[in-house]
Amino acid sequence: MARSVIPIGPWHPLQEEPEFFSLTVDGETVVDIDVSIGYNHRGIEKLSERKSFDQSSFVIERICGICSTSHPFAYTRAVEDIIPVEVPDRAKYIRTIVAELERIHSHLLWFGLAGHFLGYNTVYHWVWKLREEILDVCEILTGNRNNYAIFKPGGVRRDFKPDDFPLVLKKIDGIIPTLNRLKKAVLDDPVLHARLKGIGILTKEEAIDYCALGPTSRASGVARDVRKDAPYGAYDRIDWDMIVTENGDVFDKVVVRVLEVYESIKIIKACIRDLPGGEIDLNIKDIPPGEGIGAHEAPRGETFHYVRSDGTNRPARHKVRAPTFMNLPTYKATVIGETISDATIILAAIDPCYCCTERMAVRDVKGKKMYGGQDLVRLSQEKTAKIKREMGIP
Amino acid sequence: MMTREEVLKDLKVRFKEDIVDLFDKSPKRVYVEIRPEAIVKVGTYIFKDLQARFNVASGVDARTHMEILYHFSLEYINLLISVRVKLDRKAPAIDSLATVFKGANWIEREMNELLGIKFRGHPDMRRLLLADEWPEGVYPLRADYREWDVNAVRDRGV
Amino acid sequence: MSITLNALLKSPWVFHLSTGSCNNCDIEVLDCLTPRFDIERFGMLLAGSIKHADVLLVTGSCNRKSARRLKELYDQAPKPCVVVAIGECSLSRGLFIHSYNCPVPLDHIIPVNVYIPGCPPKPEAIIAGAVKLIQKVKGS
Repeated sequence: MARSVIPIGPWHPLQEEPEFFSLTVDGETVVDIDVSIGYNHRGIEKLSERKSFDQSSFVIERICGICSTSHPFAYTRAVEDIIPVEVPDRAKYIRTIVAELERIHSHLLWFGLAGHFLGYNTVYHWVWKLREEILDVCEILTGNRNNYAIFKPGGVRRDFKPDDFPLVLKKIDGIIPTLNRLKKAVLDDPVLHARLKGIGILTKEEAIDYCALGPTSRASGVARDVRKDAPYGAYDRIDWDMIVTENGDVFDKVVVRVLEVYESIKIIKACIRDLPGGEIDLNIKDIPPGEGIGAHEAPRGETFHYVRSDGTNRPARHKVRAPTFMNLPTYKATVIGETISDATIILAAIDPCYCCTERMAVRDVKGKKMYGGQDLVRLSQEKTAKIKREMGIP
Repeated sequence: MMTREEVLKDLKVRFKEDIVDLFDKSPKRVYVEIRPEAIVKVGTYIFKDLQARFNVASGVDARTHMEILYHFSLEYINLLISVRVKLDRKAPAIDSLATVFKGANWIEREMNELLGIKFRGHPDMRRLLLADEWPEGVYPLRADYREWDVNAVRDRGV
Repeated sequence: MSITLNALLKSPWVFHLSTGSCNNCDIEVLDCLTPRFDIERFGMLLAGSIKHADVLLVTGSCNRKSARRLKELYDQAPKPCVVVAIGECSLSRGLFIHSYNCPVPLDHIIPVNVYIPGCPPKPEAIIAGAVKLIQKVKGS
C-alpha cells in the first residue's frame, strides 16, 4: 500500500505509545529493531477501483504531500502503457519541469529536517525559507503550492504561459547563491564530517538484496535511476548526470541529495529553454482492456504503478508502490550495531516520508522502555555539540 | 550481457515445462505466465543470474481465480519482466520468495493480510498495515469485501 | 472557562497531531513557523508534549490505528483545550470517505472547535483561522 512517511521530529510528537520503531539496546548499542507501520493506511488501492481513470489522478496525488507529482506521473504513464501510447512532446517537457521542481523542494525539505536533527536549527529555518521560493514558482506555473492537479492520462491538464518564464527563471537563479553557501557550509564542515562519516553504512550487497531505491541505493554505489535506465519525459533529450557515490554512509546520502538539486536546476532551465510547441493532451477517450506499468523516479526512489483495465472506465486493479516501502526495511541493516544517538539521523538519511522518527521507542534488553522519540533527537543534537567541543569549535 | 532476444530465448528454453504463456507486449514489457510450483526456481534465476531488480508484486482478485504478478526490472536492457501465477481462489497459497531476497518480505505480508494469500516458508508473517482489531478472515482488497464495522459512518456504501 | 481560555490564548502553545494524512497539511502547518509566515511572533509555539498544549491541531482522516491513539491523547490534554481541525480530511474524511480504513470523521471522536477547510489550506488560511478563533474567544 502506498504511503508516505516524513520524519518530523518533535513537531508532531505522537508520544502516547510510540510503537512505530522499537529499538532494543544493550548499553548504548542498538541490537535489534522492530518496525511497525500502518498509521497512514487509507485504502487508496481500493478507492481507485471506484473512480474513473481521470478521477483517480486526484486521489493519487494525495497519497503523499511531498511527492504529489511522482504518484500521478507514474499512474498516468501506467494508463498510457495499457494502450500503449506516447504523449505529445510539449506535455513531456511540462511534466518534466513539474517533476524536477518537486525534487528540489523535497530535497530542500529533507535538508532542513536533517539540519534540525543534528542541532543546526539555523540551517533548518534558512532552507525552509529558500523552499518557499520554489513553492512560489510552482504556484506561478501550475496554480497551487502542492497539489498541482496537472497530470492526466494522455497529457497535461493546463499549459504554461511563456510570459511566466522570466519570473520563474529569476526566482530559480535567485536561490543558487544561498544554495552554494549552504553546500559549502555543509560539505566542508569538519564537524559534519566527523558526525556523519562512517555511520549507518548500507553496503552494496545489502542495497541489492533489499532492492533499495533512489538516493539510498545511489549512495551505496548501486547506479539505479529510472530516468537513465528507462528514459521517459524529456530526460533523454537533456544533458544531465546521475550522482552516485561509493561509501553508503549518511554523509554520502547527504552529498547525493545536495548535488541532485543542482542537476534538477540544470534540467528545469534546459526544459524551459527547449520547450516545444504543439498539443498538450491526446484526449484519450477509452482505455482498452489490458495491463500497464508506469514508473517515475521520485525524490526518494522509484515509484511503481500497475494498472489493469477491463474495458470499462474504471481500473480493475491499481497497485501502488512508493519507494519508501522498499527503503524502510534497510533501516534494519543500517542501524544495528550503531549507537542510539545516531538512530534518528540514520533513519532520516533514508528520507522516509511521514513522521516515523518521533514514533521511536528505545527499550533495553530486559524490555524496559528508556527513551522516546524526542529524547532521541535531543541525544543526536547533544552528540553534535560534543564533537564540536572536542574539535575546539565554539 | 545478454540482449533482449537472448534473455527471452534463454527463459523459454530453461523453463520449458513451467512456462504456460509468454506475451511479448512491447520492447519494454514482457508478461510470462508460469506454474505456481516453479516460482522459487524462476524467481531465483531472474534475480540472481539475470541480475534483475525486484520491483514489487501485485496481487489481483480476478473473480475466478487469484493472480500474483512479480515485476522484475532488467535495467541494462530496459526490460520489465512480469511473472504471473494463477492461484485457486478458495485457498490461495504459494511458496515465499522472502528467503531468496529480502525485498520480497514486506510485500508478501501485505498480500497476505489484504487478499488472504498464504506464503509458505515466510520468515515473519505478521500484520503489516491493518489494525489489531481488524477481524481475521476479512480481506479488504477482495471483490466481495463488505463493510463489517457497525459504527462506521457510510452514507453511500463502501 | 472563557477567562482561562482568554488568558491562555494570549500565547497559545500548540500541539500538532496527524491521524493518518498525506502530510501536505502538516507541512503547511510547519511552514507557518518558518520565516516567511512566522507565527512565533504572535506567541504561538509548538509544544513538546500534549500536557503543555492549549491548542490541539489535528490533521488526517482518522484511520483505525491512529484513532485509538487520538482518543487517548485527547484525554491526557489539560482542559480547556481548543481543537482545530485542519484540512478536508479532518473535517469529514475528504476524499477518503469511502475508505475501508477510515470509519468515522474526526468530530465523532473528539469535540472540534474550529474547522479550517482546504486541501491543503494555505498558511494564510491557517493563520486566518487562528485569528478568528482568538477573536471569537475574546468576544465571548
